[in-house]
Amino acid sequence: MSGSMYYKEGEEIKEVILESGIKVKPLYTPEDLKHWDYEKDLGLPGKFPYTRGIHPGMYRKRPWTTRQYSGFGTPKETNERFKFLIANGQTGLNVAYDLPTQLGLDSDDPKAEGEVGRVGMAVDTLRDYEVAFEGIDLERIGSGLTINAVASIALAMYQAVAEKYGFSLSKISATPQNDILKEMVGRGMWIFPVEPSIKLIGDTIEYSSKVMPRTYPVSVCGYHIRESGANPVQEISYAFEIAIAYIDHVLERGLDIDNFVGRISFNLDIYGNLFEQICKFRAARRLWARTIKERYGAKDPRSLQFRMLAGGGGAGLTKQQPENNIVRGAYYALIATLSGTQTSALCSFDEAYTIPTPKSALISLMTFHILAEEMGLRDTIDPLAGSYYVEALTSEMEEKIKEEMKRVEEIGGMAHAVATGYVQREVARQAYEQEKAIEEGRLIKVGVNKYEVPEDEKDVELHEYDSRVLDEQVKRLREVKAERSSSLVLKTLKDLEVAARDGKNVMPYLVEAVKAYATIGEMTAVLKDVYGEFKEPSIF
Amino acid sequence: MRVLVAKPGLDGHDRGAKVIAYLLKDAGMDVIYTGLHKSVDQIVEMAIQEDVDVIGLSIMTGGHLPIMQKLMQKLREKKVDDILVTVGGVISRSDVAKLKELGASAVFPGGTKFNEIVTFFKEEAPKLRKAI
Repeated sequence: MSGSMYYKEGEEIKEVILESGIKVKPLYTPEDLKHWDYEKDLGLPGKFPYTRGIHPGMYRKRPWTTRQYSGFGTPKETNERFKFLIANGQTGLNVAYDLPTQLGLDSDDPKAEGEVGRVGMAVDTLRDYEVAFEGIDLERIGSGLTINAVASIALAMYQAVAEKYGFSLSKISATPQNDILKEMVGRGMWIFPVEPSIKLIGDTIEYSSKVMPRTYPVSVCGYHIRESGANPVQEISYAFEIAIAYIDHVLERGLDIDNFVGRISFNLDIYGNLFEQICKFRAARRLWARTIKERYGAKDPRSLQFRMLAGGGGAGLTKQQPENNIVRGAYYALIATLSGTQTSALCSFDEAYTIPTPKSALISLMTFHILAEEMGLRDTIDPLAGSYYVEALTSEMEEKIKEEMKRVEEIGGMAHAVATGYVQREVARQAYEQEKAIEEGRLIKVGVNKYEVPEDEKDVELHEYDSRVLDEQVKRLREVKAERSSSLVLKTLKDLEVAARDGKNVMPYLVEAVKAYATIGEMTAVLKDVYGEFKEPSIF
Repeated sequence: MRVLVAKPGLDGHDRGAKVIAYLLKDAGMDVIYTGLHKSVDQIVEMAIQEDVDVIGLSIMTGGHLPIMQKLMQKLREKKVDDILVTVGGVISRSDVAKLKELGASAVFPGGTKFNEIVTFFKEEAPKLRKAI
């Protein structure tokens, strides 16, 4: 294990080692910044290397976007929840899909049994999007689409629904998660093997840069890698190596780095030691700018800007004393805003038990309003800059991240590291070590291994699964199938198959199939036929 | 003890399953992990083929009751009566009893101490197996 934060017995803290393996000194002084250079390592916000933030005005100019993850059962319920969140000041949507949809299965597929609409919205055809996005101004509100293996289909549907409701493709802004390598490391929503999966991501990047230029086609998720057990250094270094795998693939297509790299964003995790997380984000922003500039020779400043969603993670929350999670969430939100993130969201306090109820989702949203409106987190940019500790730790984190990146590159890069299970093994091992540290009291979780309070289990209100969701969803699917032109569906699916076999960009063909109301299951089956399926490497 | 750590259904959250696999390995058991997206039929098939003593289900989606029901039925169909079944995951206290009624030898809701799990596999499980 590369270390954990722990305090020895008694009052005096003898030694502090952060999760990332960095030793924290009792005091930091100018001595710790001997090699630190104001111009080179910090600079101004909006200027290379962007340590202080990617925009000159940061939150003075515009607050962060809050984007609570939501999506419940049916598209209609999802639509209601979207409108509720927008009415309460949410400025971006984040769509949760149920597992069958994420795995390209239709709601009436036997494998989908018991899962339709359970952890998010069920989507079978374009009709479901029409219901979910009804009455929402897609030119004003951007949407995160939390889907990966079939993100290409989800994006094709987003284009189709925007066109249907008369929005301009040059103004809509979708952020499909679309990061398949991290699904193979954690979260597990993969379908196709590594290489064709990366090819599909290349298709969405290339296509959206031409057709929907405000799309952020990939959101690389260190978040789930950390939720799966990685330490903060592994989180960032693996995310960077994943992004590099996608970038290198797109460059092979002959695209110019400045044409697309600025649209790749990052989804990162917040839990654990406060300063370690803040410095992780500052280090990531700086190292990304340096990497893109030095390695790829990007010239457009926008290419060098590290755009991120920093979200309060579920792995930090506890089942014990769930109300304490409201307090943790508030600190995570503070970390997010002290880190200069563009977008943030929190796992709600009840997520150890259930999908957030409207009340808990609202508490998460209000947490950010309190920071912005009461606590002064918008008042001045990067207020921690120049702190001996913060700057020294930022530099140490950057070095550690570079070392871990080198390790991945030495074994052949991220695609290879995932195909062979190297990263999965590292992350699972780290998860186990972390649990063991909690178990042995070396890593403190309040209410779990210290200050435990005997309590009655959960008074928290639960979001119940409604089995009527399935009936409603299957009914709509049948209606759509009865109404659509079967010959058009067959033709568009055939065209898709030919395009996939010929190695063409499949996006235009997916859009046509979507518009013909082909189902997600039908389109996925075609692609599976051509690409095959991912086989999990054994890690034990 | 041979243990099959199993992820039934579509859910991909396998941090818990992998942590338990490491824990049981460290405690000296033979551990086999099914991998993701396995149907109940596939899990039972693997359990028989690998000749395991225990199937440890890991379920995070809340779907543990119907999955458990199906698994037990499948085991009966296959005339398997010497494999213990344990369940771990996001499980409320009221469901613990229901899972035991359905035939679970032990239930480990999120937050269960490592000690408790290891003790079950090292001490109770062999006794239960002998009693069969």
